[in-house]
Amino acid sequence: MKIRRGGIRMSNKTCLICQGTGCVSAGSREIHASLEKEIEQLGLSKDVKVKRTGCHGFCEQGPLVVVEPEGLFYAGVKVDDVPDIARSLSPQGEPLEEKPLYHDSATGNPITHYHDISFYNKQQRTVLQNCGNIDPEEIGDYLATGGYQSLRKALFEMSPGQIVDEVKRSGLRGLGGAGFPTWIKWEACQRAPGDEKYVICNADEGDPGAFQDRSILEGDPHSVLKGMIIAGYAIGARKGYVYVRAEYPLAIKRLEIAIDQARKKGFIGKSILDSNFSFDIEIFQGAGAFVCGEETALLASIEGKRGMPRPRPPFPAQSGLWGKPTLISNVKTYANIRWIVNKGADWFAGIGTEGCKGTAIFSLTGKIANSGIVEVPMGITLREIIYGIGGGIPGGKPFKAVQTGGPSGGCLPAELLDTPVDFDSLKAAGSMMGSGGMVVVDEDTCIVDLARYFVDFATKESCGECAPCRLGTNQMLDILNDIVEGKGEMEDIDILESLGMGIKKGSLCGLGQTAPNPVLTTLKYFREEYEEHIIEKKCRAKVCKDLIHFIIMPDRCTGCHICTKVCPVNAISGDPKQIHEIDQELCIKCGLCFEKCPPKFGAIEKNYGSKVMED
Amino acid sequence: MNRSEVLERFNPQKDNLLGILHGLQNGNPNNYLTESDLKAVAEYLNITFSHVFGVVTYYTMFSLKQRGKYIIRICNSPVCNMKRSLSLADEIRDLLGIGVGETTGDMLFTLEYTECLGRCDVAPSIMVAEDVYGNVTRKSLASIIKKYK
Repeated sequence: MKIRRGGIRMSNKTCLICQGTGCVSAGSREIHASLEKEIEQLGLSKDVKVKRTGCHGFCEQGPLVVVEPEGLFYAGVKVDDVPDIARSLSPQGEPLEEKPLYHDSATGNPITHYHDISFYNKQQRTVLQNCGNIDPEEIGDYLATGGYQSLRKALFEMSPGQIVDEVKRSGLRGLGGAGFPTWIKWEACQRAPGDEKYVICNADEGDPGAFQDRSILEGDPHSVLKGMIIAGYAIGARKGYVYVRAEYPLAIKRLEIAIDQARKKGFIGKSILDSNFSFDIEIFQGAGAFVCGEETALLASIEGKRGMPRPRPPFPAQSGLWGKPTLISNVKTYANIRWIVNKGADWFAGIGTEGCKGTAIFSLTGKIANSGIVEVPMGITLREIIYGIGGGIPGGKPFKAVQTGGPSGGCLPAELLDTPVDFDSLKAAGSMMGSGGMVVVDEDTCIVDLARYFVDFATKESCGECAPCRLGTNQMLDILNDIVEGKGEMEDIDILESLGMGIKKGSLCGLGQTAPNPVLTTLKYFREEYEEHIIEKKCRAKVCKDLIHFIIMPDRCTGCHICTKVCPVNAISGDPKQIHEIDQELCIKCGLCFEKCPPKFGAIEKNYGSKVMED
Repeated sequence: MNRSEVLERFNPQKDNLLGILHGLQNGNPNNYLTESDLKAVAEYLNITFSHVFGVVTYYTMFSLKQRGKYIIRICNSPVCNMKRSLSLADEIRDLLGIGVGETTGDMLFTLEYTECLGRCDVAPSIMVAEDVYGNVTRKSLASIIKKYK
């Protein structure tokens, strides 16, 4: 944007500095402080604005700095780079050409502009539109994007019935994992008698590998609050809760600020925008219980009880918090409401597939070149996400599997890379969308061990109320432990399958009903790895400790002594400058020596078999 | 903040139970809840002691045992695990001489594992008190811990 000031043409630039958790942990606060100082020293403060924003999504490349209006993109910015960036912002300055530019993961070429980066240009960022572009702690920024207009429209131009109808026609389905049609809940709550009703936002995001809800709350909290206020108007509620897990302190802080600012502006509280509708929102902080993400457990938790699920029906829409009709939806579901109200159901229904409308948001992580938060239209294939946006596996290694849906989902193999990503296709493949975790694994991950991790997780997080989940998952874990320790038998595979099916059918809530999925899908698609562990006592990824050993190659060991120092159990012997040896009886196979042996020697090898084979 | 100051911040309603417990635990220099805390909360909210005890033992973030001033939580999720988060426990043993579940002699640090911290993008990740750190290495770990000493 060029503007005229005092007859002189000047460019007015804005530096957006990501303050999401990922970038903050990489040092973006220091970058922000240092850039502000440099710009002041160069006398550019009038023309260059430095702004803190929420997450840009490309967290792995942090700290990120974006310069608007040009859309210049600087990644992995270090404090040392700041003077160069500051100088480039002066009217005579030129965009930087080398570091700290982002380098394409496939070609290695530097890329200057945000919109040329494949991680971004293949996405459709609707819900995430504001994340990274506004300061989440400044309601003015949100208002400048047209924020809260949809609230005005909803309150003054639409009846509650029209809003529910719009949500129905949009085809929006709950983005917490199960994909239940959102309008059914809205309509049930609206029709429920009584004037004491509640709206709850489920932000108890606990799936290992998922963090998109956190990013939205940290980057654009008002979009979620507004969805809740509109929901409150539509169903006739006066009170809302955001249930956030306590592990997300930054999200909680930003929500507190957002609620406070929205209240001061009259968007939350009594007689919103001078209408006769009043609605208040409170934050409720969890305390470390995964099962509280299940809606009835979440209600119990707010009521000050142990967060344990109860049988449904009655559904929360009939009898929820304190026995009153309650609407519970995920963060992303509420964040979509502004678009449905603003742009209409037809616009929303134009995105996605026949049965799944709108966009899906994933946390793309694991062995992937570009990890971060990704928003795509429903129906795009796994391949497009992993290779097109994610840039494939680093180091050109082969893809092994993608785990979607966390502990409720499954692992899909390379043959299924062309599966469309939507609720129904992923479910048909044996996995599920879940809350949006997408963990890519390569040949260095043992599939049996990964499945074992998720079952272990389920046993720890099971609330213990129903026997199939409490006892069944523990039985599965015992069997899987035997298999990874080389003590498995072939009949274990049949037992795992029948146990898994029993737990799915017999458990009370979603946690138990889906807990066997990681095992069942891996048995379906990676059965040979289970069989190898059982018959050959071999872990092809060389992960399972009881099926591998470490050995020092005498021809490469220079006796540098590094391994003896790091070994936590003193299993390595050898005088300095002499060839060292590992005592296999003492070795706990932690792998520290293998990691610390300098690559120029590479003297330690990781081999199959629990012990060194005698000649 | 002492106990009565914490209680004063909350109305005596049952939906404030978790909030009160968080407040009392955070206000305790040893990061835990005492039996008399539990009794006081039960009385304040007019609920049974066993109810409060049941809730405290259900949620993993509450502790009935003394802990250090700062809890170091190492993320134990598969993504952090792939990036060797578990070896960070060994590094902490070297640095502070404590294993998982243990507290330093000066009552400054307790080491725990945690389920996913939701920072898989910058794995491996740890949380110290309320601060989250990503891309943690042996070197950065030492400087992180120094900040709290």
